[in-house]
Amino acid sequence: MAQQHPHSTHGHDAHDSHGHDSHESHGSLRSYVIGFVLSLVLTAIPLIVVLNDMVTGTAANIVLLGTAILQFVVQLFFFMHLKEEKKPRYNLLALILGLVIVLTIVAGSIWIMTYNSVG
Amino acid sequence: MKINSLSDFFVTGDPLIYGADVAIGLTMVAVVLVLTLFKRWGWLWREWLTTVDHKRIGIMYVIASLLMLFRGGMDALLMRTQLAMPNMEFLKPDHYNAIFTTHGVIMILFMAMPLMFGLFNLVVPLQIGARDVAFPFLNSLSFWLFFMGAMLFNLSFVIGGSPDAGWLSYPPLSEKMFSPGVGQDFYIWGIQISGIGSLMTGINFIVTILKMRAPGMKLMKMPMFSWSVLSSCLTIILAFPILTVTLALLFIDRYFGAHFFTLDGGGNPMMYINLIWMWGHPEVYIVILPAFGIFSEVVATFSRKKLFGYKSMVFALMSISLFSFFTWAHHFFTMGSGADVNAFFALTTMLIAIPTGVKVFNWLFTMFRGKITFESPMLWTMGFIPCFVVGGMTGVLLSVAPADFQFHNSYFLIAHFHQVLIGGVAFGYFSGLYYWWPKVFGFKLNEKIGRYAFWFWNIGFYVCFMPQYVLGLMGMTRRVSTYGWDSGWWEWNFVSTIGGFLMGIGFLFQVWQILHSIKFMERVSGDPWNARTLEWSIPSPAPAYNFATIPHVRERDDWWATKERKAQGLPEEPRAPLEPIHMPKNSGIPIIMSACWFVAGFGLVFDWLWLAIPGFIGIAASMLAHSFNYNTDYYIPVDEIERTEAAAGRVV
Repeated sequence: MAQQHPHSTHGHDAHDSHGHDSHESHGSLRSYVIGFVLSLVLTAIPLIVVLNDMVTGTAANIVLLGTAILQFVVQLFFFMHLKEEKKPRYNLLALILGLVIVLTIVAGSIWIMTYNSVG
Repeated sequence: MKINSLSDFFVTGDPLIYGADVAIGLTMVAVVLVLTLFKRWGWLWREWLTTVDHKRIGIMYVIASLLMLFRGGMDALLMRTQLAMPNMEFLKPDHYNAIFTTHGVIMILFMAMPLMFGLFNLVVPLQIGARDVAFPFLNSLSFWLFFMGAMLFNLSFVIGGSPDAGWLSYPPLSEKMFSPGVGQDFYIWGIQISGIGSLMTGINFIVTILKMRAPGMKLMKMPMFSWSVLSSCLTIILAFPILTVTLALLFIDRYFGAHFFTLDGGGNPMMYINLIWMWGHPEVYIVILPAFGIFSEVVATFSRKKLFGYKSMVFALMSISLFSFFTWAHHFFTMGSGADVNAFFALTTMLIAIPTGVKVFNWLFTMFRGKITFESPMLWTMGFIPCFVVGGMTGVLLSVAPADFQFHNSYFLIAHFHQVLIGGVAFGYFSGLYYWWPKVFGFKLNEKIGRYAFWFWNIGFYVCFMPQYVLGLMGMTRRVSTYGWDSGWWEWNFVSTIGGFLMGIGFLFQVWQILHSIKFMERVSGDPWNARTLEWSIPSPAPAYNFATIPHVRERDDWWATKERKAQGLPEEPRAPLEPIHMPKNSGIPIIMSACWFVAGFGLVFDWLWLAIPGFIGIAASMLAHSFNYNTDYYIPVDEIERTEAAAGRVV
């Protein structure tokens, strides 16, 4: 029974009588190529900028973090298909939860370690 | 590592270790002999080692975790023996360090975690009306990764030497400069390999619970144990990556000479402590949440009432799984992070006690005016409630940051976390094991011997750990391997040791109970406890496909409602006709791939690339082989289902 196997890694859909959600669209070649190119560009920018000492200090941090965040967004939309998810949007919920935790980890560590070095 | 003589490779010089060598050798010979004599190798491979059936994987998890309980318990008794009297020379200080390290790692990561995963596997699919977990192959892989990781870690005490930098192996002690041996690398790779398995189990059960519930079972009609598994798994998938990254950074420090956590070169050991507790604190909630779920099922069943405050229970579980991420700094109040940080984390720690308190009241109100019977599962729940309440309250004492400067690193802390981990987690999982044992094996465990086990464990617990609160207040710090007569500690320590051995006797009673119950086996029906949820609506033990027809769920305690309808003489619901059942096929790839991980891990521990590289090639080849394997499933025909159901005495 298909409902027992939401992963559907195999080709047996003939018995799909209980109809779990029809397979979500997994993007076109075009969108994958765009995503791939964008990822390459966003990886190249920080490398070029930092290796050639084009910016330093805070400006370099901003460039690195900015491209990293854009890279993350590209991954989500072009490869993780965040926009195409059907309801209930578990992926989106999980993502938000994950972001809250990541924010806690980063901000919490900075907070704890700042006090630590001062005092 | 360059090996010049055998004593560079094997641990030598300690009669206890030689004894262990002999015991391990004899056990392995015996196992091989029995399997060969009774021609059981093929059976073992086909029925168990390659199985993807969640019920069998669950049984293997439970067996492995009970073995690890034995190992961790032996470590505990060795430590208690060393501390029984002042100036004891039973264990040397470095040996003592190794033993408290392995005791902690094994009890949390290789005993509590697999026992928990075992219960997930044994119960969740049955409870939500599914035929297996969402990813059965991945499930098998998770088990074997855990098993190989645990074996790699355990190997360290006879080969290469145990890790001895504490269960969380804080740097700088765990860095290459201060721990040059291989023990620390065994620690890293043992935990990393089994950690991959834990993460995958978390994903697997979240998908199973969200996607594979029987029709009609809305989330708010789901049994409480499944809710607790969901909350625990959510915490797993967010917390375990932190552990993996932290240990990877430590590995990079040790292997490539980096400086993340070193004292020089810009490193900061305190960052490790900060990171590891971001996993470590959620981890204790990961193991306790499913225990809360077990108690909820047990209390409702043995009080013959529906669970009091279902919605508040769900809310409490889910809020704990989130808030567990906001309390980590209470593990290092004394690190010097300043008053603001300490005040914030003291507050969050006190707040998280509230949803836990809500649960205790829910269980008490469930019992209120119930027709309570005290079979083993309920007995352990009764043992749990007072123990956990006291343990939780000493935790609130510890959460007061200024007071923590006194309690920190003392036996007060040791007593606190043992009280919540034994009184909460261990008692909870025992309760769950006794409760679901008849479902898994089709017979109950002997009640009388079980009562002896319960009382030995319970009384032993208090005799062992209450004195440790006193010792902590008297100033005894943790991890001391000996003390003098002048300290005034020996009476309390001696009493504590007696308690430790009482718990050991309790464990022996449980072993005897299992053996006795197997010998004088009395078969039980599918519903021996007159319970409430779906898993009890099918035969014990459950057939391979679990449910001949997938049930339609209407109520929260659906099986109880079905029984009530039947008692009122209402007609049974018409069952859907039988259809061939789609099942996953067994696979040898998980065990082979995990064995390759073991080889790779062993190679990295000794820095033998000639061993590590083939190991990694093996892992890649296994992945490749699996991705080209399209022969992964089969159908159970209708007449076979009819035969199986008829053999279980059921009409379909």
